Amino acid sequence: MEYEPVIGLEVHVQLKTNTKMFTRAPYHYGAEPNTLTDPVVLGMPGTLPVMNRKAIEMTIQAGLLLGCKIPETCKWDRKNYFYPDMPKNYQISQFDQPICDGGEVEIEMLGPSRNVMGEHRNVKLTRIHLEEDVGKLTHFDSESLVDYNRAGTPLIEIVSEPDLYSPEEAFAYLTALRNCLVAAGISECDMEKGQMRCDANVSIRPKGTTELGTKVEIKNLNTISGVRNGIAYEIQRQTLAMENNQPIVQETRRWNADEGYTTSMRSKEMAHDYRYFPDPDLMPVKVSQDWLEQLAEDLPELPFDMQRRYMRDYDLPYTITSVLCPDAKLAAYFENALAVYEKPKQIANFITNDLLRELSAAGENGSLPLDQCKVRPEHVAELVQLIDKGDISSHIAKEVFPEMFSTGKGPSQIVDEKGLKQSTDTGELEATCQEIINNNPKPVAEYKAGKEPAINALKGQVMKMTRGKANPKIVDEILRKLLA
Amino acid sequence: MSEDLYYKTATELRRLLENRTISAVELVQSAIARTKATDDKVRAYLDTNEDEAIELARASDERRANGKILGPLDGIPVSIKDLIVEKGKLARCSSRILENFVSPYDATAIVNLRNSGAIPWGRVNMDEFAMGSSTETSYFQKTANPWDLERIPGGSSGGSAACVAAGQTVLSLGSDTGGSIRQPAALCGVVGMKPTYGTVSRYGLIAFASSLDQIGPFSRCVEDSAMLLDAISGYDPLDSTSYSGDIPNCAQAIPEKKGPWKLGIPKEYFPDNLDPEIRTAVEAAVDNYRARGCEIIEVELPHTELAIPVYYIIATAEASSNLSRYDGIRYTHRSEESTDALDIYFKSRGEGFGEEVKRRICLGSFVLSSGYYDAYYLRAQKVRNLIRKDFQNAFKQVDALLTPTSPTPAFKFGERTEDPLTMYLSDIFTINVNLAGFPALSLPCGLTSGNLPIGLQVIGQPLKEDDLFAIAHSYEQANDYWKLRPTL
Repeated sequence: MEYEPVIGLEVHVQLKTNTKMFTRAPYHYGAEPNTLTDPVVLGMPGTLPVMNRKAIEMTIQAGLLLGCKIPETCKWDRKNYFYPDMPKNYQISQFDQPICDGGEVEIEMLGPSRNVMGEHRNVKLTRIHLEEDVGKLTHFDSESLVDYNRAGTPLIEIVSEPDLYSPEEAFAYLTALRNCLVAAGISECDMEKGQMRCDANVSIRPKGTTELGTKVEIKNLNTISGVRNGIAYEIQRQTLAMENNQPIVQETRRWNADEGYTTSMRSKEMAHDYRYFPDPDLMPVKVSQDWLEQLAEDLPELPFDMQRRYMRDYDLPYTITSVLCPDAKLAAYFENALAVYEKPKQIANFITNDLLRELSAAGENGSLPLDQCKVRPEHVAELVQLIDKGDISSHIAKEVFPEMFSTGKGPSQIVDEKGLKQSTDTGELEATCQEIINNNPKPVAEYKAGKEPAINALKGQVMKMTRGKANPKIVDEILRKLLA
Repeated sequence: MSEDLYYKTATELRRLLENRTISAVELVQSAIARTKATDDKVRAYLDTNEDEAIELARASDERRANGKILGPLDGIPVSIKDLIVEKGKLARCSSRILENFVSPYDATAIVNLRNSGAIPWGRVNMDEFAMGSSTETSYFQKTANPWDLERIPGGSSGGSAACVAAGQTVLSLGSDTGGSIRQPAALCGVVGMKPTYGTVSRYGLIAFASSLDQIGPFSRCVEDSAMLLDAISGYDPLDSTSYSGDIPNCAQAIPEKKGPWKLGIPKEYFPDNLDPEIRTAVEAAVDNYRARGCEIIEVELPHTELAIPVYYIIATAEASSNLSRYDGIRYTHRSEESTDALDIYFKSRGEGFGEEVKRRICLGSFVLSSGYYDAYYLRAQKVRNLIRKDFQNAFKQVDALLTPTSPTPAFKFGERTEDPLTMYLSDIFTINVNLAGFPALSLPCGLTSGNLPIGLQVIGQPLKEDDLFAIAHSYEQANDYWKLRPTL
């Protein structure tokens, strides 16, 4: 029998706010342990939570971006369980009235080749809710240490329906979700920094049936490849069990990335009873129509919508748009350049070829981030403009770009300083051409005998003599005139 | 001279300070001397910081000399129940689990108190985590009722009530979750007031049951109570349940509001088994109001009898969650015996919490657990709404309700400790007010034949504390019960 996997993902995303969810303590990644705390973060006796409005707004925006329904009221609940990384031993979360209901994420499957767009499909969401993050435990031989820096950071949980049917779809879903949230400035979604975390619910069923099988929750999928590999392993494990008539137990399993298998953490019977109840320290949140409209004004274009627009309006090829559009910063860079000089193809080419190559070469650990790049978008536009004006050839432009990248100087300045401007003085050029004609009787004779390509040899000589600065089109015209 | 100060009211002391008859330093020294002389019998205080109090008094005298006092309470000492945190001071909630906890921050009520010029002085005893009605569940000591040292002072704010009754401190801050201010005030013959929920910030009040807890004043007279409430109340952005609208200035309103009022008598608060001496005293108080021209109307609060079960579901549910932060990991008592994280939890909490606290954590965890939530917590919330509606309906006809504060006068040590249910009934007349979120105060209305104080409870309308104080004040002016003092 053939089996079909059914997958649902629970994705936790850290919001990019300056301060924590329920207090003004700051948050940023990589600070000294326990320096980003205050009495509220540490759950000191008598402290009370106060909502971070910005975090609520970002969550609403995530919901609007993904087509969720935003109910008029949402509320806060306490999720009670003991763990040393959680100062209050309860987490303020949302149980039955989340900020966002429903919604969907558009995903793209792999196409038949790199150059061809794959099939698109919308994956259904159950909900998005907002909660506070916990701290971090580090274990040593005989003791464990707790860092509460991350504790209390705003975290959204995006829960999908069981609407994904392969590890590749799960991968595509995560990628698409990340692109959307980064584009909206809601999160950096860097999995390495724990800004995006993923648990998967996996079950299998005989192909062609509709009933869901027993689900197993997989935790510790800490990288995008971990998500793909962990799910693939689990599908294989469950399929094997089915084929051997072994029962699949409802349980939580941990993905062990180094060894490449999942192990059981706890069974359904051992599952926590979180004793959810409404947090009496917080009032429900009322979301007015005005507030919603205001937040909707601030939403970015979804990456796939942008891609379709680029292909349609700018006539850009799929391969280029699939580099530009998923990266919100790169796309913005492109549009900023375009605003200065409207030559989308040429600008996109410089960005996706020359700029990305230089960034990649300059980075110590992966690519240099775009915001550290010295080349301004208007410089790229200017460079294309110089080519179009005939001031430099595209060949020279390829030499100018690395100089722009390393110095941060504008292309005109570099061209001036290095004397790279194409000669437009036809008098001087005519003299040069005449000299070449005088010194090269053989190709001249051949050309005059009707052998057209012989003129190329003369052109090459002129270009060589002018060190490439001459405009080849003008050189061609002069030579033909002089030889006529 | 300072002996005369023990039983002065804050209103009187304010005048003495104003006309320079006394200095704030003398006042604080007198409180310290009185406490030293009496507290081995009363045992109200857990900690006193005499040097700091005198320092603050000196600063107050300086302000006064410069004509820059901060308010009517400038220079007047106020003792603090051990669950309102003060920066740099132990805040132990009378619990072993917090035996070493020094707060890194001030409660908003303390900030407000300091800004009024008042002097927070000393931390007073209470039932552990405010769970109890006799102050006997304190890990550290048992506080005695100044009227009879064999008897309890009531609770949970027993230390606050006892220290004001014993002449140790003229004012005190307590907290009231189900009667924890009003019941000890009644049992010790002083004035205790619970404001409308949301009037006083809970930031820095160590939580027992968040949806019920309120900080409130203890004093020797109604006017003092109003002054102290005025000093500590007001919107606080650090407490999301704090009321952001206007609240009345109570002390100012008292002389302006003269009645007569329509007063309701809820028959459910006068059951057949009510202590006869209490019944007589409260009925006499009602007659006194009537004699002064007030209209007395019998009203119904039909869901009264459900208060105890509803309260013990909601309060314990919230407490079970509120108290889970005391886990032995950070600032709390950690068992020496523990070996791993789970062990730290079990042993530290096992050693750190007393019996009553454990009983309530267990009860609260149970009513919230999966499969029981709907039957207990959710249903209790629905009944709570009915109780609130009872009050709203009754107040369509009246300005205030008059009831006994406690069904019995002060009982003896140990009399109810073995029987939690009887202990829980101590709060039968006060609990409903917390569930409804209304304001109420207790003031003295007589003594039993055994020379024990009896309290009259006046229940007011939400955010109309000015009326509540005026109604209580009119009774106080017409009677001398509030001037009665225990002999120590």
